Amino acid sequence: MIEGAVPVTLRINGKEQRLLVDPRTTLLDCVRETLALTGTKKGCDHGQCGACTVHVNGRRVNSCLSLALMHDGEEITTIEGLGTPDALHPMQAAFIARDGYQCGYCTSGQIMSAVALLKEPCGPDDADVKELMSGNICRCGAYPNIVAAIQQVRRNA
Amino acid sequence: MHTFEFIRPADAAAAVTAAAQASTAQQGADVRFVAGGTTLLDLMKLNVETPARLIDISRLPLATVEATPDGGLKIGATVRNSDLASHPTVRRDYAVLSQAILAGASAQLRNMATTAGNLLQRTRCMYFRDTAMPCNKREPGTGCPAITGSNRTLAVLGTSENCIATNPSDMNVAMAALEATVHVQGPKGSRAVPIGDFHLLPGRTPQRETVLEPGDLVTHVTLPPPITGSQQVYLKLRDRASYEFALASAAVVITLAGGTVTRARVALGGVGTKPWRSPEAETALVGQMANATNFRKAAEAAMRGARPQTENAFKIELAKRCLTHALHTVAMS
Repeated sequence: MIEGAVPVTLRINGKEQRLLVDPRTTLLDCVRETLALTGTKKGCDHGQCGACTVHVNGRRVNSCLSLALMHDGEEITTIEGLGTPDALHPMQAAFIARDGYQCGYCTSGQIMSAVALLKEPCGPDDADVKELMSGNICRCGAYPNIVAAIQQVRRNA
Repeated sequence: MHTFEFIRPADAAAAVTAAAQASTAQQGADVRFVAGGTTLLDLMKLNVETPARLIDISRLPLATVEATPDGGLKIGATVRNSDLASHPTVRRDYAVLSQAILAGASAQLRNMATTAGNLLQRTRCMYFRDTAMPCNKREPGTGCPAITGSNRTLAVLGTSENCIATNPSDMNVAMAALEATVHVQGPKGSRAVPIGDFHLLPGRTPQRETVLEPGDLVTHVTLPPPITGSQQVYLKLRDRASYEFALASAAVVITLAGGTVTRARVALGGVGTKPWRSPEAETALVGQMANATNFRKAAEAAMRGARPQTENAFKIELAKRCLTHALHTVAMS
């Protein structure tokens, strides 16, 4: 047992997880290191890149800037909880269809943001999508195809 | 990151009691409240903030937006920025606030950040954020390398020889133009602080950024009743189109009658060491025709006291044009 560890219960992708964590553990490190759900990525670790985006109670957040302890009893969704290789979420399928990535490092964060965006107040234009996706940086510059993927899902919704 | 004790108090009174043991509520505080965590966790990872105790206030009943008896609005300390920006009353009656919040950060951060956390947002000055560097705000008496160093993004209004750090918040600028009041519950009771008195100029004590004392908990912010017939706008200028701090911004709440300005509230962001209400611009506007010449005069008045640093003289003209354009936008709407 880790010295000074404290108990926390999280519901991750629909499954209850009773954990003991160092109080400093971010939600990001908890998901990746404690639970070995490595789809969520650590980019800047300071809320500037969006690679760590997950959903908390259905809303997108930067998991790097949040303590696991602060989410006791809350519902966390990571990219692993969105779809499966055999049954992709429509946004995952659209990212493939529209080639919305290159290296893929930012992609899980992009997709988690994009799925949350579907339920947020967002205007119809590409510019509206770009504005609401500005918290997700893609160093490969796949932005046009990311926007196309999101717009495809929105049109088909 | 230094380790800490994590406390979740049962109510606001317990939060105040726990925090009252702190030596200070300012830079170097050994006890910190946490709700969204977007500033605090960032700075704890950099060892700029090293609290021994964190008091989680995110589950206290401080997350509501309600009408006040006088027709104004009461905004809870832990209302998420995204919820506040999309609140129907805010969008209708306090549009400048909604626009300012949506001009800041990212959708993810706005889902986390809270009213009180945004009020207490810390500067982005790179010397403050880097513990290898001297900084009078972080370690009083060590000096301000920004004055002779990288200061392109820093302040031109309200600076001192000890600190030129900019207040980075967009929300605070709109709150200043709306004449918000910050409500604080502390060990000695509750008090209401006008937003103009809440943040402090750096002077000789840049480590003191607000009037908060140990145990003081911001519980809510109130806005006065909306100004009937007012036009409002928040204009933000920055190095990229989105997800960037302001180089200059302007919040304007203005009332016109027959082409004449009858009432004006103006605040500037990105250029001041605190959210910068400009009574000089307001005085220059009231009673004058709403036209380009008078808007420029107001902007000149707003920036008359500006003092450029080595790299940021451009901000003075940028802020003038920002305010002029914002005034033009509302006057034409």
